[in-house]
Amino acid sequence: MSAVHVQLLNLSAGALLLSAVLVLWRRELVVIIRVFAVQGIALAALIAVLGAVQGSLELAVFAVGVLVLRAGVLPGLLRYALASGPQERRETRPLVNVAASLLAAAVLTLLALAVSQPITALAPSSATQAVPIGIAVVLIGFFVLVTRRRAVSQLVGFLLMDNGITAVGFLTTAGIGLVVEVGVALDVLLVVLVLQILTGRMREVFGGTDLDELRELSD
Amino acid sequence: MTPDLPALGLPATLLAVAPILVPALAAVVYALLGWRPATVWVATLSAVAVLGSAIALASQVLRDGPAFAVGGVLLLDPASTYMVVVISAVAVLAALATPTYLHAEIAAGRASTRTAARHSGLVQAFLAAMALAVLAADLGVVWVAVEATTIVTAFLVGQRRTRTAVEAAWKYVVICSAGISLALLGIVVLNFAAQHLNSPRLGGGPDAGSTAGLTWTGLEAAAAQLDPGVTRIAVVLLVVGFGTKAGLAPLHAWLPDAHSQAPAPVSALMSGVLLAVAFYAILRVKVISDIAMGPEFAATLLVLVALASLLVAASLLIAQRDYKRMLAYSSIEHMGLLALGAAVGGPAAIAAVLLHVLGHGMVKSVLFLGAGRLLQITGTSHIDKVRGLAGSQPLLAGCLGVGVLALIGLPPFSIFASELGIARAGLATGFNTGSPLLGWATAAALVIVAVIAAALIGHTSRMLLGDDHKTLVPAREGPGAAFAPIVLPRSAAAALLLGLVATAALGVTTGPLSALLGAAAHTLTGAQ
Repeated sequence: MSAVHVQLLNLSAGALLLSAVLVLWRRELVVIIRVFAVQGIALAALIAVLGAVQGSLELAVFAVGVLVLRAGVLPGLLRYALASGPQERRETRPLVNVAASLLAAAVLTLLALAVSQPITALAPSSATQAVPIGIAVVLIGFFVLVTRRRAVSQLVGFLLMDNGITAVGFLTTAGIGLVVEVGVALDVLLVVLVLQILTGRMREVFGGTDLDELRELSD
Repeated sequence: MTPDLPALGLPATLLAVAPILVPALAAVVYALLGWRPATVWVATLSAVAVLGSAIALASQVLRDGPAFAVGGVLLLDPASTYMVVVISAVAVLAALATPTYLHAEIAAGRASTRTAARHSGLVQAFLAAMALAVLAADLGVVWVAVEATTIVTAFLVGQRRTRTAVEAAWKYVVICSAGISLALLGIVVLNFAAQHLNSPRLGGGPDAGSTAGLTWTGLEAAAAQLDPGVTRIAVVLLVVGFGTKAGLAPLHAWLPDAHSQAPAPVSALMSGVLLAVAFYAILRVKVISDIAMGPEFAATLLVLVALASLLVAASLLIAQRDYKRMLAYSSIEHMGLLALGAAVGGPAAIAAVLLHVLGHGMVKSVLFLGAGRLLQITGTSHIDKVRGLAGSQPLLAGCLGVGVLALIGLPPFSIFASELGIARAGLATGFNTGSPLLGWATAAALVIVAVIAAALIGHTSRMLLGDDHKTLVPAREGPGAAFAPIVLPRSAAAALLLGLVATAALGVTTGPLSALLGAAAHTLTGAQ
């Protein structure tokens, strides 16, 4: 891997992490979706760099697929979910405030670094050295999922996790097989569609998508 | 690295894909023809056909040994075919009771024939996805199939479109998708380990030339060469991820909501087999983990998960006010027991775990079907609002009462035999071989199980016995709930009785299943 490639790889990995942190920082849902689209571009760039290094056409095709799905289709669906609802465009009261969220992101990144030591040690290369970043994005996504109240923010949290996992997948190996890869992408798309339909239904019965309203079921 | 297993000829291949193909075709039938008199029993026929093919597959596997089908996509071994038997046995019970349930829903105005058609089609797709999840040879395909079950059932959980149903469906999809994403990360990490096997030939260093792929058999064969540090991360992620779907703590919060809000036949399938299908993946991951890192690692992890699940179930069952949620928490309890049995390990404990999967699956579906019936008659799921059911509904009350007795592990039902098996193996392994953690965990689990049994008996006897004036008051909550015919229809009664009789028979003797159970336990303890 040439020095330029390593720098491009690190740049796209850095953009991946930075966009995850930005999702935690910003509250306007429109901005959050835009940041998520940027992360999709960063992920596609990461795969494209890996493809260029290995001279693999397969990876180049995957990069295009990821770009279309994660920077085009999914943000589009999210924007549609947002536009069809009432005017509630801000994550007003997250369970954890922004300062604490950013602190948590730092802690999660350190945790990811510590946890993924054995992975980097098993096959040291500039690709596997970026694995902790992928895992950090997964953890931050999970954090967004459990601390945000708007349905759209929770969706973004789920999709952040998925971006992180895809990044880890491509950084550790050349993906996990075509069938599985396509199946996974299809699954993500389906889950988002299901969640979207449910968001629509939630608006019908609750009049909003603030999950704070979800208090009917508890013990 | 994949050991060579024989491929199958065309008739055998058709038989192997039948558990996936038959429900898939039935789903197409419902999509095209809708819900009409001619299609009402298609679901039941499909379930019976799958049960038949499952039994044929199991006996073929016992006779000829494990095999791959469809170019290595499906793995037929005692464990996977046993799981298909479990899925289809519970599916038969649920399918028998479904027409009555849907007729009553339509009569009460809570569903249309379109809803009924969609319900039946989705249930068939759900069965196909579960069959694929247990038969798939490749961990990646297993993941896709398990995720597919989430997507299909999300619409079934939210079918009633009420506030509570939509809320339950949302929590279900969000928590299960997030959990299963963790499992995907685990698969990615395991794949990495499988591509960098430690070769003893190279003095323990990574051997770039060899790869194990992601098939169960390939991973088991290469497990000794997997890097322990990386595999440890993968196993934790896989157990937590599939554990989410199996209703194990800490990511269990979706289960009581989804199982109490889903239509009764769907609750029966979800509690009865979907949890077990996810748990089956954990059992197979444990085989790999045991070879790669020794049994202690997975055992410790599973004991923690098991005790946490049992404690959650017990604490929320004691003061439970809703009978469907009561059954749901009892499912968490039983999944905890399965995790404990898996932690104990060894052929005896694993055979008991597998028997427990079947016994719990059938009893829990009987109870959920009965509870669904009760909800249709009374219009309430509050334990306090149901009184003296034994007087007004003797057959339904009898089935529910006997079902709860079977559930808490009284003989002659098979749950008694399997709980005894797990407890005995746990105490023996724990105190005889010097891993006191297992022994004490088993002892603690027995205490918790006793507490839960007392709670279940208390709640159920309040509903069944006593003055029956309140029950006769027509429904307040669901408009038109009283439209449900008060006499238990024959097909629904058949489902309830069949489930109880089968579980009792299994408790007396496992009969022809013994050989399959033994072979499956053998497979799942890493001795192929």
